[in-house]
Amino acid sequence: MEKFQTLRSGVVPLPIENVDTDQIIPARFLKATTREGFGANLFADWRYAADGRPNADFVLNDSRYQGHQILLAGKNFGCGSSREHAAWALYDAGFRVVISSYFADIFRGNALNTGLLPLQVSDEVLQGLFAVVTADPRATLAVDLQAQTLTVPGWAEAIHFELDPYKKECLINGYDDIDFLISQQAAITAYEQQRSWVF
Amino acid sequence: MAKTLFDKIWDAHVVREVAGGLTVFYIDRHLIHEVTSPQAFDELTARGLTLHRPEQIVATADHNVPTRYQDQPIQDPLSRSQVDKLTENCAKFGVELYGLGHQYQGIVHVIGPELGITQPGLTMVCGDSHTSTHGAFGTIAFGIGTSQVTQVMASQCLLLDKPKRMRITLDGDLRPGVTAKDLILYVISQLGTGGATGYFVEYAGSAIRALSMEGRMTICNMSIEMGARGGLIAPDATTFDYVKGRRFAPQGENWNRAVAYWQTLYSDEDAIFDAEQHFDASAIQPMITYGTNPGMGIPLATSIPVLTGGSEATSFDKSLRYMGFQPGESLLGKEINYVFIGSCTNSRIEDLRTVAAYVKGKQKAAHVEAIIVPGSKQVEQQAIAEGIDKVLAEAGFELREPGCSACLAMNDDKIPAGAYCVSTSNRNFEGRQGPGARTLLASPLVAAITAVEGRLVDITQYLN
Ligand code: SF4
Repeated sequence: MEKFQTLRSGVVPLPIENVDTDQIIPARFLKATTREGFGANLFADWRYAADGRPNADFVLNDSRYQGHQILLAGKNFGCGSSREHAAWALYDAGFRVVISSYFADIFRGNALNTGLLPLQVSDEVLQGLFAVVTADPRATLAVDLQAQTLTVPGWAEAIHFELDPYKKECLINGYDDIDFLISQQAAITAYEQQRSWVF
Repeated sequence: MAKTLFDKIWDAHVVREVAGGLTVFYIDRHLIHEVTSPQAFDELTARGLTLHRPEQIVATADHNVPTRYQDQPIQDPLSRSQVDKLTENCAKFGVELYGLGHQYQGIVHVIGPELGITQPGLTMVCGDSHTSTHGAFGTIAFGIGTSQVTQVMASQCLLLDKPKRMRITLDGDLRPGVTAKDLILYVISQLGTGGATGYFVEYAGSAIRALSMEGRMTICNMSIEMGARGGLIAPDATTFDYVKGRRFAPQGENWNRAVAYWQTLYSDEDAIFDAEQHFDASAIQPMITYGTNPGMGIPLATSIPVLTGGSEATSFDKSLRYMGFQPGESLLGKEINYVFIGSCTNSRIEDLRTVAAYVKGKQKAAHVEAIIVPGSKQVEQQAIAEGIDKVLAEAGFELREPGCSACLAMNDDKIPAGAYCVSTSNRNFEGRQGPGARTLLASPLVAAITAVEGRLVDITQYLN
């Protein structure tokens, strides 16, 4: 996993609530057996018309937002299936941060395991951010993971965000849970020897 | 100290607690399928690791398999390569595989219970969000991402923070025509798609106790649709009767020991939940969804709500536009062209019996395409043994071979753009059943009646 420490980037606004994993990456694109290449089909059904041509009114096709690495999305982002492909697709398309006021549990975990930061803010802050980005599509936000802050142009104070301390360390150092779990082998084997409820 | 059912099982599976409130949590059983496992096997190999306990893993091919001509090679090259990859990986790593054509093949969440792999008090995971289904047995079961699949493969453990506990109590007798599916669609419509995010839900109350195991699985299955990590129901005599005698169920003296332990699995009387919800099950009516998430459900005989203002209004409007519906409109009388009866929510033998009992001697409407996809090979065989296949064929329904099918439309079973499908599955997201497809979630009974009538009707008028 890539390390994540700081990011300064423009924002892609997607003011839709309950964006589900079937929108992020439709099931028919899940047939690959590797992790790469899902970015091309990110939000495929919103992004492309039935004939495969880009939908001019979808934000990812808007030239003003190209190259931006922060996705700003409505409440309850990532609900639905457990497909980690959703996080891979966002990452593969260049996103490093998703900001929302609520993330579905499995998506949040998958994002963190992919090196994509799910940054949760309050509903009010979320509305404020949409206003900033709508007013100025080139507005850049700054994320500092160590300090757990989000800096917004024109706002007097940086926004503090919460993150599990262990997950924060993992992201900063590019570690994942497997390394840790493997180091627990002795405790796991000892535990297995005293399991009594498996018949 | 008084404990909830969840706490009892959780505590028994703590390998150790680590700094920051995380737990090294032990997983008893791991189910895998062709779509979310290939990258996990590759990762394992890339790191020079191997499976920690291959005997605790069971594999099946279900998500992208065709539901016709399963005895022949899969036509779609990408699907075929994914299924082949699963077969190769299982052979290489020593994992039991119930692949296409095997007598135990089927949707992971149908075969686990049916083979007795799912048992009370265990922990189970699968790279699939509807793993919550297995909670019907008093099992902590939940879906995980592919990175976590790799973790469980390598260590049989996950690093987790403990979810909060919610209890949803449903008391009262069900009205005629109301099924487990209606109960859960109702609950989700009340709590919303994010209403249980961060919680593990226990379902309780007389309406839950009265359900069969199939009904309980339908309930737990859809827990994820309100954001819950999982759902569970305390095991009782109904549970034990279901598990007894199944292929992997405990035998002989072990059976008695198992039941003695399972009988301790309930929430203590004074156990405290982080949240409690109560619903009067006797007031619940047959349900249907009208929008593009499972929380957008209404009693079939009422009208779509009108929403004005608020941050939800934009998403609500977008959703109704996609569905081609108007706020305040009634769905009764809407013409329906497709009926899909299947998925890990409603493809068990009890569901097929319900459909057969209603359609026996009737005909589906001429303009409706009605497909029934059994959850497993065993369900299919049972349906044939009971003559259900003939009843369905005579009524114009097509009984297919097992798999996920039009639940997620990875195979050829897709609903055309713009068409309406009454579906017994669990998700009505945009494009879920094919690009542009419009899905209305309902019970197998509602689906059967809709197929015969060719339009949405107040089903209470059609019950004998
Ligand atoms: S039937 Fe549908 S919901 Fe169930 S496992 Fe298959 S794809 Fe997922």
